[in-house]
Amino acid sequence: MTTNALLEVNNLTVEIPTRRGTLIPVNEVSFNIDRGEIVGVVGESGAGKSITGSAIIGLLDPPARIAGGSVTLQGKLISDMNENQLRDIRGKRIGTVFQDPLTSLDPLMSIGNQLSETAMAHLNIGRDQAREKALQALIDVGIPAAESRLDAYPHEFSGGMRQRVVIALALIGDPELIIADEPTTALDVSVQAQVLMLLKRLCKERNTGVMLITHDMGVIAETTDRVVVLYAGRVAEIGDTRQVLTAAIHPYTQGLVGATPNPTNLANSQERLNQIPGTMPGLLSMPAGCPFHPRCSEVMEVCKTTLPTLSQRENSTIACHLGAEAKT
Amino acid sequence: MNESLVTVQALTRVFDVSKPWLNRVLAREKRQTLTAVDSVDFSIERGSTYALVGESGSGKSTIAKMLVGLLSPTSGRVHIDGVDLANASAADISSTRKRIHMIFQDPYASLNPRWRVRDIVGEPIDAFMNVSATERAKKVDELLEKVGLSTKDGAKFPHEFSGGQRQRIGIARALASDPEFIVCDEPTSALDVSVQAQVLNLMRDLQRDLGLTYLFITHDLAVVRYMADHVGVLYLGRLIESAPRQQLFDSPAHPYTQMLIDAAPRVDGFGRDHEAVDGEIPDPISPPSGCHFHPRCKQRIDQCNQQVPTVQHADDRSVSCLLHSQGLNL
Repeated sequence: MTTNALLEVNNLTVEIPTRRGTLIPVNEVSFNIDRGEIVGVVGESGAGKSITGSAIIGLLDPPARIAGGSVTLQGKLISDMNENQLRDIRGKRIGTVFQDPLTSLDPLMSIGNQLSETAMAHLNIGRDQAREKALQALIDVGIPAAESRLDAYPHEFSGGMRQRVVIALALIGDPELIIADEPTTALDVSVQAQVLMLLKRLCKERNTGVMLITHDMGVIAETTDRVVVLYAGRVAEIGDTRQVLTAAIHPYTQGLVGATPNPTNLANSQERLNQIPGTMPGLLSMPAGCPFHPRCSEVMEVCKTTLPTLSQRENSTIACHLGAEAKT
Repeated sequence: MNESLVTVQALTRVFDVSKPWLNRVLAREKRQTLTAVDSVDFSIERGSTYALVGESGSGKSTIAKMLVGLLSPTSGRVHIDGVDLANASAADISSTRKRIHMIFQDPYASLNPRWRVRDIVGEPIDAFMNVSATERAKKVDELLEKVGLSTKDGAKFPHEFSGGQRQRIGIARALASDPEFIVCDEPTSALDVSVQAQVLNLMRDLQRDLGLTYLFITHDLAVVRYMADHVGVLYLGRLIESAPRQQLFDSPAHPYTQMLIDAAPRVDGFGRDHEAVDGEIPDPISPPSGCHFHPRCKQRIDQCNQQVPTVQHADDRSVSCLLHSQGLNL
């Protein structure tokens, strides 16, 4: 398959060998991200969102390891690179933003030094130039009085400002791709809106691709161009965000959208939220067939025995037996 | 209009956040106080849900703790069904507290990991009701079934349950002493959305079946819209707006409420660009003068930084903002 995608993830499978058997938190996941495109990865806890992100950038904690599939960045295979080669990729070509801004920053180092150190490591520039670059990065992410804040330490910043600094750090090496793992989950709504707008604006300006991992369907709707819905380590549905959220085909996606209360659009007669019964299966007790079948409202006989494969339907790609026969 | 079950008047709580005495003397610092809750008034009608919404540091949880008696107010009153919790006799207070219960945010921290579920759920029965062991066991089984668990689950320990099931155990415990009033402090913010939907639906069914009154504390406006009858919006300890749900969402009067509603992510807000407010919540130890929200407010007028707005009432809504100082103009 040759496309001009920025990032191609093909049948990525991650294994964690344990005494009680091998866990497969990510199972044959495939998707692409283009330049300048924001792709959301959504799912509930345990769906494999974060592990997919870590696997792409080679940050899996042993004993977890990539057991199959490939990750290519602009046509170059990165999933079998060694640590040294990966170090050239991380920060320079793929930036990361994690959930908790306090733990992603070094508490004993000033913001300016953290930024210029990163710039020097990736861009082959001197100290003075790096400091200028750091200042520009802080201005770009909207830190007020950036010049005087360069020598401040992380604890002197508020939560939203820290997350801006982390975004500045991720962008300073001018990467082609950013992996943002729940970047606003720890923030208040008003600040969340600021940070998401910032991420969206900067990435469109610089033509950077973004993989935005979140569990919030509202964030997905407002921020992303395309969305990958994960369930129990497998892709349930991939497609254009608007298409997937308004006309979801997979019953799990329908359930997720229906379960999300909407602040603007709820009928006066307090209708019930659409609930999905049960919870996501544990990795050691994965059901046979489609992993969603025990919770699915439209379960059929075939679902209990056969794993659905991904197939193209209208504008989405879906792994579901529902309506699949009609097409074949 | 129904009678109100809970009335809160001029409720205030100040925390002393000073450094230790010696450090203060050496550094020549004054005592520092943090006003977590500042003269908050509201009342909750019997059988309804009142939601308090606000961002971190707004005083939501402090109010919850004062209502259930885990913290005492610095000043102001809490009346529950006519009983003033600060001044009533000990017998009145204990019979009133039996009728109040609380559901906590973190279903992992709020259940004792060494107790079996039947003991967790049965504890309020032991504390408040004088019943025999067989009646207690029967009551625990009923409660577990009521919240959608099975009676066999009583013998298990909390670690054997998922987050949503644990929250159901927390709800069963809250219902054990047959309370009328339940304070719910962010009951679903630790849960996934499909599980959150299960828990919210369960709470609404229980309210309808048992005639419960809820104080629902959350930062999530979407959940408020789904659960509440009446909504109070807090900012840095002050209740800045209080209105029936529909009116609050249709015509928010306070600029902060308008901002909160606009900033909440929407499932149908495809590619929506926010006009995000500037700045963040200020330090509650030294809040801005006048109206606390004025440094971030897009509609501020000259007096906002000096004058604390008074509360203006109209029908069953109230607002404290200088834009509405001549009564509510909507």
